[in-house]
Amino acid sequence: MQFDSINAFFNMGGYAFYVWLSYGVSAFFLFTLVFSSKANNQKIIKKIAQRHKREEKLRQAAKLQNEQNKINAKNTKTSPEEKS
Amino acid sequence: MWKWLHPYAKPEITYHFTGRLLPWFAYLTAILLSIGIVWALLFAPADYQQGDSFRIFYLHVPAASLSMGIYVGMAIAALCSLVWQLKLADASAAAMAPVGAVFTAIALITGAAWGKPMWGTWWIWDARLTSELILLFLYLGVIALHNAFEDKALAGKAAAILTLVGVINIPIIKYSVEWWNTLHQGATVSKLGKPSMTMDMFWPFVFCFLGFSLLVATIICIRFRTEILARNSMRPWVRELVEKVEG
Repeated sequence: MQFDSINAFFNMGGYAFYVWLSYGVSAFFLFTLVFSSKANNQKIIKKIAQRHKREEKLRQAAKLQNEQNKINAKNTKTSPEEKS
Repeated sequence: MWKWLHPYAKPEITYHFTGRLLPWFAYLTAILLSIGIVWALLFAPADYQQGDSFRIFYLHVPAASLSMGIYVGMAIAALCSLVWQLKLADASAAAMAPVGAVFTAIALITGAAWGKPMWGTWWIWDARLTSELILLFLYLGVIALHNAFEDKALAGKAAAILTLVGVINIPIIKYSVEWWNTLHQGATVSKLGKPSMTMDMFWPFVFCFLGFSLLVATIICIRFRTEILARNSMRPWVRELVEKVEG
């Protein structure tokens, strides 16, 4: 241990401001980088999941529309026969 | 001989491989960095000339050498993506750029905070400091290019060319203290043969350096995996994986 007391440790032999500035800024930058990298990862996964859900919905809608079209086509075909 | 490497060009295999590596990197980072930082702050002796301000050294030197190391790694990835059109090389270069930028910024800021009490100035336009500042701008340019185009392949190509042109800056940073008259002191650790420092200063430095290196590996791993997912979002394996995570 290089320091006699906790005060001496924080004082850093008179260089307190410069030493703690360096360590503080570095810690802040690195924590920010780690957390933003992790958050980005989760964001991308959510985004991809949402896009897949949207595509699935569109596919379902297209399928329904297709069936509806078929029914409509059948109706228009059969209706003139019913009239005559 | 190099055939065992081939499967790793497949995004799916590399994604799972890096997923297995990641916890090891993270735990080793936590262990090495906590030993290194506590040793550097509490137990390493003060310098006979610089006093306790020397403790900035344990951040400044690893950050500065890693900022150059990451750039070299990014340049190798850029070369691979330009020459062999490896899509994963592109993704890894995009993952490395922000990490390199942060380490360059840390090197500059800790350098300024060390320069003020030792040289009497926060900043001076000398060769070492200026070339390191250019390195920061190169990183920012590469990040901007990666985000400038909708088409990731085109963006990767533009960023790769800038990266390769910028490689010229690396030897300039490295040898600036020998080529020009500068306030910045010469190499302490990487001298050939014996480093010119005592062992009770050298060992905490080794722990800090390895700790920061593994931290770099951890962060690049996380970002690389994000890039792989973003670039392969339409693939069935990503679909399955995302469904498993999101439910």
